[in-house]
Amino acid sequence: MKVALFIPCYIDAIYPEAGIATYELLERFGLEVAYPLNQTCCGQPMANEGDQENSAAAERLFVENFSGYEYIIGPAGSCVKHVRHHLDAIPQTAAVTEVRTRTYELVEFLHDILQVEAFPWAYFRYKASLHNSCSAIRGLHIAQPSEHMAPYYNKSESLLKMVEGLELVPLDRPDECCGFGGTFCVTDEAVSARMGLDKVHDYERQRAEYVISPDMSCLMHQQGIARKAGIDMKFIHIAQVLNGGPF
Amino acid sequence: MAKQRVDVAGNAASFIDQDDIHEPVHDKNLWAARMKRDAAARAVPEWEDLRTIASLIKEHTLTHLDHYLEMFEANAIKRGAKVYWARDAAEHNQHVWEILSARNIDAIIKSKSMLQEECGMTAFLENRGISVTESDLGERIQQLDNQPPSHIVMPAIHKTPADIAGIFAKAIGTDPNNTDPHYLNEAMRADARKRFLKAGAGMTGANFAIAETGTFVVCTNEGNADIGASVPPVHIASIGIEKLLPKVSDLGVFIRLLSRSALGTLATQYTSHFSGPRKGGELHIIITDNGRSKRLGLDDFWHSLKCIRCGACMNTCPVYRRSGGLAYGATYSGPIGIILDPTFDESKYSELPYHSTLCGSCSEVCPVKIDISDQILKWRKVMAAKKYLPISRRLAFGAAGKVFEHPTLFHGAETAASAAMKVTPHFLLYNRGLNPWGRHRELPHFAKQTFREWYLQYKQTDKDQEPQQ
Amino acid sequence: MTLNPREQILDAVRHHLPTEKVDYPAVPVFQKTISAMLPAFEARLKEAGATVHKPADLAAAQALLAQEHADAKVICSATPDLQGNRDIHKVVNPHELADVDVGVIRAGFGVAENGMVWLTQEDLVVNALGFLSQHLVILLKPTELVADMYDAYMRVHLEDTAYGCFMMGPSATADIGAVLVHGAQGARSLSVYLV
Repeated sequence: MKVALFIPCYIDAIYPEAGIATYELLERFGLEVAYPLNQTCCGQPMANEGDQENSAAAERLFVENFSGYEYIIGPAGSCVKHVRHHLDAIPQTAAVTEVRTRTYELVEFLHDILQVEAFPWAYFRYKASLHNSCSAIRGLHIAQPSEHMAPYYNKSESLLKMVEGLELVPLDRPDECCGFGGTFCVTDEAVSARMGLDKVHDYERQRAEYVISPDMSCLMHQQGIARKAGIDMKFIHIAQVLNGGPF
Repeated sequence: MAKQRVDVAGNAASFIDQDDIHEPVHDKNLWAARMKRDAAARAVPEWEDLRTIASLIKEHTLTHLDHYLEMFEANAIKRGAKVYWARDAAEHNQHVWEILSARNIDAIIKSKSMLQEECGMTAFLENRGISVTESDLGERIQQLDNQPPSHIVMPAIHKTPADIAGIFAKAIGTDPNNTDPHYLNEAMRADARKRFLKAGAGMTGANFAIAETGTFVVCTNEGNADIGASVPPVHIASIGIEKLLPKVSDLGVFIRLLSRSALGTLATQYTSHFSGPRKGGELHIIITDNGRSKRLGLDDFWHSLKCIRCGACMNTCPVYRRSGGLAYGATYSGPIGIILDPTFDESKYSELPYHSTLCGSCSEVCPVKIDISDQILKWRKVMAAKKYLPISRRLAFGAAGKVFEHPTLFHGAETAASAAMKVTPHFLLYNRGLNPWGRHRELPHFAKQTFREWYLQYKQTDKDQEPQQ
Repeated sequence: MTLNPREQILDAVRHHLPTEKVDYPAVPVFQKTISAMLPAFEARLKEAGATVHKPADLAAAQALLAQEHADAKVICSATPDLQGNRDIHKVVNPHELADVDVGVIRAGFGVAENGMVWLTQEDLVVNALGFLSQHLVILLKPTELVADMYDAYMRVHLEDTAYGCFMMGPSATADIGAVLVHGAQGARSLSVYLV
């Protein structure tokens, strides 16, 4: 199976280890992983502003880069959600809709498509909290949202439970938004920071040593908050835990 | 035009920065309401089915609204109510004024009505010498403090008991140091009693209006709407055209949803059904449009008319809980406010759709399944297309768009960590002067080697395309 | 010719009606979750802040009323089943009820799902009795219960009464500091006599 790896811009520059872990993890499952070199951004930051005009170019390029692959896998829920649900600043040709439906977030790809049952190479002997992003929960159905009355499921948690040594600690407010929200984190700095601090304090109350997430963008914000507040806590991408590194 | 734009982010920052009490307590109390709502919803096995049914009943009614409005009117008249039609706030207020002045009424007592709030009715009547008293405790607190309600069902939830003790001390002479809610409530009860007995008319809104019988339903916990309707000789009800439901049996669905969604209670203490004037009284019904028919014609936004004003979206909204409702500077606050307020004034409320992380929880709690979160994003598109965005924001995204459009520009800028700051998190840092990222957060550390560089060094094989340079 | 506001609003609505019409949905009969209605009704009533009593007969109920409200100066009963000291049928203006300490009303039926009782204008005689009285005593035959709101709305006949109220315990508010307080504007207490 030949798949294409979609590495969002901030992972590329700030969290390359999350990208590397994703790449290696997919190879471990015998996939042929391509990384289209002309990729930039899916257009989400502009589209979330409502700025269709400026997101169109990025969206066009995204489709160009990722056409023709069986699956396109991105280790980032919010970017994948954009591609799947909101990549509509350009005409919806067959090629565009094809790319949109073939794009998967890493956890859902591992859980739903590969139906992984074990990560024998992974061990992680820490107490950790899981942060599923809102985009992944309500946009990609990676977990049952707490406010929706249906049977519980949580795909990230199911995968992490296969990792030896890992102790997942539940939160007081399990799927409360952390306040990142893309541009929101700077345009609405005060509210965003307060939400982030409340989130980090929740982890602290559970005595979590690590915070694990399929979305590094939320963690970039949370990590910045924790560092500024002098809270000693580590933030890593779920791919690093499932792949056994790099840390 | 730009001057009167509501700076919701700035207002929210002031709410947070005022002290260490208001925002945390506000957040805690509303989160508690959300948790109670979850427990109440979980106890109803058919909860999600009920949401779907309620949503469809509302959509059915709204897509046949002319029919149901005429049916409601005919049945209400048949039962002895006098029915008026108001195209906008001015006509609504004029009807009220004419009813009151024809009967020489100079004092009214009113219960909570978001529509009357929308119409600015209290100020209108006060300017004409009519004394208006809010009878809902929370609304009364807000009235005495010269503020609009900050929440649809908990109007003074942004205030602490100490704030309220201070307001009551000035207004009705209570002990400013006694913050006991029981004491404060008792004092206001005694004050309101006199006003109920003096009032020449009682005014209410309506939660639902039933076409098949001409009945309207008012839900309260205090019983204040019922006193207003049963004690003064005249009852005036303001009803928005979107409140219609076809049948009495629909209430079985909606009453089960309303209070469970709002406060996590099984129902409000009083669910009152008015079908015509009470014995010895008059009933006036003002059917009001005020922008609703126009909203019905907006393909992307007409579903917002399904709203039953429960406030569940506000309680669950993590942004609203940290902002306080007054930050929105509008009649409606929170997620539902974000999608309703721009229909009244796009320019004034152009920043509201950005006061959201698009987390989506509002859409999931909504008892009538309004796609609130999606509509927030759609409003952003409207604001961007109509150039309501501040120039700084537009330029930043114009620049980012250009860079993301051109791989060479992107990768050239990104490779060196110092230059990467200019592009990758551009959308995080564009407002350089204030550096809002850094006030409460450390900057992320840039990696020595990007993923792309790692890939080119270790993984690229011959079959991959060469990077364009 | 200019249209009046009524015609203009109806015209505007017709003009803006969404093109896709939505059918009225099928509403299934949901499975009842309550098996024993009386215990459920009593439990919900108590949660809503009401008290429940089971006097053996009307004479016992009359004694209970006197005992529960020994200090009451004015008791006004809208039901011939219990006697007060203010004749509701002589009330011309609702203001005459402003000094009522205890109002007594017989409810048509109760709802097990939430502890509501159904009171109509006919039950109240003067509507204000239900709201100006400081305390309420509601009589209800324990057999007159429906399971839930679906059944409740099958049983009300809104076309037959100008006013009907589902009352669920005493008046309540949590508008100050989110603290629950009873007796906001309406009754401070509500007792249901199952008789």
